[in-house]
Amino acid sequence: MSLLAVHDLAVARGGLRTVEGVSFTLDAGQALILRGPNGIGKTTLLRTVAGLQPPVTGRIEMPDDAVAYAAHADGLKGALSVTENLVFWAQVFGGGDVSAALAAMDLAALADRPAAALSAGQKRRLGLARLLVSRRPLWVLDEPTVSLDAASVARFADMVRGHLAQGGAALIATHIDLGLDARVLDLTPFRARADSVVRPAGFNEAFA
Amino acid sequence: MIALLRRDLRLAVRAGGGFGLGVAFFLILCALVPFGVGPDTAALQPIAAGILWLGALLACLLSLDRIFALDHEDGSLDLLATSPLPLEGAVAVKALAHWITTGLPLIIAAPLFGILLHLPGAAIPALLVSLLLGTPALSMLGAFGAAVTVGLRRGGLLLSLLVLPLYIPTLIFGTEMIRRGQEGGDMAAPILFLAGITAGVLAVIPFAAAAALRVNLR
Repeated sequence: MSLLAVHDLAVARGGLRTVEGVSFTLDAGQALILRGPNGIGKTTLLRTVAGLQPPVTGRIEMPDDAVAYAAHADGLKGALSVTENLVFWAQVFGGGDVSAALAAMDLAALADRPAAALSAGQKRRLGLARLLVSRRPLWVLDEPTVSLDAASVARFADMVRGHLAQGGAALIATHIDLGLDARVLDLTPFRARADSVVRPAGFNEAFA
Repeated sequence: MIALLRRDLRLAVRAGGGFGLGVAFFLILCALVPFGVGPDTAALQPIAAGILWLGALLACLLSLDRIFALDHEDGSLDLLATSPLPLEGAVAVKALAHWITTGLPLIIAAPLFGILLHLPGAAIPALLVSLLLGTPALSMLGAFGAAVTVGLRRGGLLLSLLVLPLYIPTLIFGTEMIRRGQEGGDMAAPILFLAGITAGVLAVIPFAAAAALRVNLR
């Protein structure tokens, strides 16, 4: 079963096209790694797949409410404890098991600590634990391993493997080798051509 | 939705949440006015209704930019936008949380501040009812302004310029209602207008604010 199908997609950032003509499909149990130099449009592509911005051209097909998105900002509130942060997102997304997610990312010992007192790597682990409680099949991850140490990267890779084994899928932009059995899509050949750069996409671009 | 409301209220009362700042500002304003215009009843009584409503407006404005700006900074807004919660619902809940943390304390404190401004006792019920009917519109219109300016540097200033003109109808009918209460006149017309404005705002603004948020998230 295909969880995500992208057809001839072009995306734009600030009114400028970044990549175009991108097509791929992602079935249950598969992961796809996006690679490409800085600024090629990996983040923009992921935000488009997550539904945060519309594609310039092309189609994205996927089931409703399938995406769990994780980006550079983890969406944590410093005044709330680790557990409170996670419980909130579990309630909003209709609820996975919070204590299992804490254990999976080795956060059980920090459960009562305010999120403001966590290190950057610990915050990132909490942000990734949120994926488990979201119970969404398609994980869209933007540089998920930033500020993680080697042990946490391995732990995260295990978490992704477990997700894939349960019939999930993952679309990951990363520069490091996670040791996953995943296809790699290099975006470099899809860089938008210079002659297609300036193409205002209507009124809303004024706000872009 | 309940989870979002509970989180916002919990954040407001924790350290740095700013709960009570609005009321404190209201108190300072009402305490300063007699120093400025003199403590005579003759001078204060005619302007009391206006001062109280202006104070409520400004106190409400103080915390508006926090409605979405903090969630935008830490990425929560992106996550809320991809969550099963409709963005319109999130806007309504956040405006409700703003009203509970800002509007409700103002209403409770207003009779006391009315005394500071020599507002006659007969006008206190009118003051309470006008604030109760009017302040939800202030929070909701503010949520719209906050949604339009989210992500802008120094958005708070622009927010004030955008939102204050939208507060004019509420201000006019709110003060008119207290004035009629003071003079023992018929309050039906201002009550109906105030309630009508608030009902219209509550019905329309969540959709407008959610549309503004979607554009700003791109």
